[in-house]
Amino acid sequence: MSELAELAALRGTLDHCVKCTICESACPVAAATPLFPGPKYAGPQAERYRVAGQPSVDLSVDYCSGCGICSQVCPQGVKIAELNAQARHAMKVQRGVPLRDRIITRPELLGRLGTPVAEIANRALGSRALRAAGERLLGVHRDAPAPRFAGRRFSAWAGAHQSPVGRRRVVYFHGCGTEYYEPWEGERVVAVLEHNGVEVVVPKQGCCGLPLQSSGLFDDARHSVLALARALEPHLADPATVIVGNATSCTLMLKREAREILGLEQDPVLARVAERTYDICELLLELHQAGELKTDLRPLRETVAYHAPCQQQGHGIGKPALDLLALIPGLKVRELDARCCGIAGTYGLKAEKYEIAMAVGADLFAQARDSRAATVACDSETCRWQITHGSGLPSSHPIDYLYRSYGLDEV
Amino acid sequence: MITLATEVLVIGGGTTGAGVAWDAALRGFDVILVERGDLAEGTSGRFHGLLHSGGRYVVKDPRAARECIAENRILRRVAADCIEDCGGLFVTTPWDDPAYAERFLAGCATAGVDCDELPVTQALREEPRLHPQISRAFRVPDAAIDVWKTVSALADGARQHGARILTRHEVRALSRDGDTVTGALAYDLRRGQDVAIQARVTVNATGAWAGQIAALAGIEGVHVRPGRGIMIAMNHRLVAQVVNRCQMPTDGDILVPIRTVSVIGTTDEHTENPDDQAVPPAEVDSMLDEGEKLVPGFRQARALRVWTGVRPLFQDDKAQTLPTRDLTRSHALLDHQKRDGVGGLITITGGKLTTFRLMAQQTVDLVCWMLSRMRPCATGSTPLPGSESGEHYRLGERLARKEAALRERQIVCECELVSRERLEAVLDETETTEIDDLRRRLRLGMGPCQGGFCSYRAAGIMHAHGSLPAARADQALTDFLKERWKGIWPVLYGDQLRQMRFDEWVFHAVLDVEHLPVDGDAR
Repeated sequence: MSELAELAALRGTLDHCVKCTICESACPVAAATPLFPGPKYAGPQAERYRVAGQPSVDLSVDYCSGCGICSQVCPQGVKIAELNAQARHAMKVQRGVPLRDRIITRPELLGRLGTPVAEIANRALGSRALRAAGERLLGVHRDAPAPRFAGRRFSAWAGAHQSPVGRRRVVYFHGCGTEYYEPWEGERVVAVLEHNGVEVVVPKQGCCGLPLQSSGLFDDARHSVLALARALEPHLADPATVIVGNATSCTLMLKREAREILGLEQDPVLARVAERTYDICELLLELHQAGELKTDLRPLRETVAYHAPCQQQGHGIGKPALDLLALIPGLKVRELDARCCGIAGTYGLKAEKYEIAMAVGADLFAQARDSRAATVACDSETCRWQITHGSGLPSSHPIDYLYRSYGLDEV
Repeated sequence: MITLATEVLVIGGGTTGAGVAWDAALRGFDVILVERGDLAEGTSGRFHGLLHSGGRYVVKDPRAARECIAENRILRRVAADCIEDCGGLFVTTPWDDPAYAERFLAGCATAGVDCDELPVTQALREEPRLHPQISRAFRVPDAAIDVWKTVSALADGARQHGARILTRHEVRALSRDGDTVTGALAYDLRRGQDVAIQARVTVNATGAWAGQIAALAGIEGVHVRPGRGIMIAMNHRLVAQVVNRCQMPTDGDILVPIRTVSVIGTTDEHTENPDDQAVPPAEVDSMLDEGEKLVPGFRQARALRVWTGVRPLFQDDKAQTLPTRDLTRSHALLDHQKRDGVGGLITITGGKLTTFRLMAQQTVDLVCWMLSRMRPCATGSTPLPGSESGEHYRLGERLARKEAALRERQIVCECELVSRERLEAVLDETETTEIDDLRRRLRLGMGPCQGGFCSYRAAGIMHAHGSLPAARADQALTDFLKERWKGIWPVLYGDQLRQMRFDEWVFHAVLDVEHLPVDGDAR
């Protein structure tokens, strides 16, 4: 099947819509702003009015954050968020992509530029005046949460690190957040895996293309994800080897979204990568269920609030982070059931969408504050940055709690 | 009894009748049109929506092909807003005789139908769902025409030139004065009264019913052989252009993108009764099989509804034993003075939607001759109301209109994006008490849920805005649901089955629709 035929088949899922309105009730964006007419409207309904090659007329579809909750809750299997992504792509092709979207969707490029001059770059990102200028000139909201460059790259650490031979071997897909902003998260992932007898291979790798895809830059996104798949796939010769990542949206991109939304179902390399990709918590929970996860866990006397990000829920694997956190003695876990933090990758950075993203996240921020937790655990880095921005609470990946409970921080 | 007088009485409110009314009014004649139902309620509204390029007929009926391409070019100008310029393809599938393609090309050249072969890869790029094993593809100027919009615009145009359009007026007798028809006796079904209409010329434009009307004047032998054909509307556009099989015309070989759906058509079965609306399951099945040949996965795609149209195929006695598809597609204009010695009556029948304007022109030319007032036809150069700009309709128009008032407009029919304002405007204009009339004007209830969500809303608005008593609004609702159901049950499988289960919960479990207090005297 050609890419176009695949996309036509994706479009065909609109046939399943019975107009039950469950997606509309669940959509966090439609609840926060009248600018987005809702997933049923923008998805299966509007799609019947779209003809390839004709002008895009419903610019409101760009207010879909792409969180994917609609597709998750649809009882009929309509690929609503994916339809919206297609429509947004067609619109961007016709109307052009703002410079802002060309910049903020390239974390790899930003990381490469920012890392060597991290101190200056971080100061610039912290400067009210420069952020105000950035909002005027580029349309990146002045208050949007911006991560700080770490000033070093995870891959540099990984290159110097020798993983001991273990019972199992995994390929670590660390993603751009770990590479440029939170290299320590990657180090902790490696430490936890190695503690459990897993050998970690870290191939040279780039961006998965998700930010490009969610802003409608499909060609660039395809290029990115296919290059990434080709960087990871050569390490899968042993059938027992899997890929594992701690950036849950990026692993979802590899598992499913790239193939569905970008029409790449037929790429054999990506298909192999997709079926062997795991979220880190998913993998650790499987190890635990197989009796392979060490339980030499020390008590952590603290309370953590946990938010399962939309993209994590898109994996369809339950919430393995909760099961893992429950293994830690003494740790009190408060699950936050508010739906979405609002950021949706780069959505909440955009000047015209920042307020919407903050309104979407308001419930979650309030729940986090009310939970009396000291920290918030969350599987996605952009969501963590938003939660910290919105609630004032520090946040980290669930793996951090295992890392500390194993005592690896003291090694 | 009400008595009316006019120069030209047109019987039949389909495309032909409305076309005749428009043409005659434009030439300055005083016109009354009567229609027993709503405009375009018969064959015209039960059509797939294909504005032929003529390609379909180039091998079999070159004369029809020439007429089609000429009218296609004219209608694109004068009825631009009713036409979507989607273009068309003829494709050779593995089931089609590959030799036909050369005959087709030669036929197009002879008939003057623009035709370009395009590489198969290009055709598949344009139509990714087409069967990947097609071996040839040809581009022709087919288009999609919205028949309700067309008939509505013809009637509006005629009205603007003084014509009176009387729907729900059923002709029960033709008046004769000796050997001359002098008008008709109609019955106003809505008000329940007789209406006598005196006319100098009566035009029988009743399509498949033409023989029945001619018989009212005592004229026998107007043999319109009704050819019954089913069409299935699929939930969305499986193709962006009209796709025809490149073969001798047969069943299920056209797929037409029209408004939000795509329609596959059609079958052709002889029937004695023009009101025959049977949908035999075997025909549905074979239509779906043919769909698979054009678009693999057709059976998994969602079918919305199926309906039957009855073609008026005029037959001369020699053609008695031929299957109906082989009868002439060209129309028949009968001057009953010459044919039967009965003056004042013309029958125009046969033909096809694409050539309705030409049929009307020839009919009114004859009217001129009969009234000895030669006036030139202007329909070839006068745009219909709404088509003045010459811009073709685009599918995205309703979406664009809604987008412009995203927060303001209340949507009644979510599938077809019908706003409350539009619905109320039509209620004011037509004073109708039937939701099916709203459907034809607005496409209300024609989408995936088939009225599941909009019909009870519409009934409520008819009650609140149009002051229709509650029991009569309930009646309108149940009538509409029954009418919709007729077209749904023969394709009750897959996604549409799930939809109907859901609709059933709404109507039975929530609204208890079978026990609504209704007033059957509403009609």
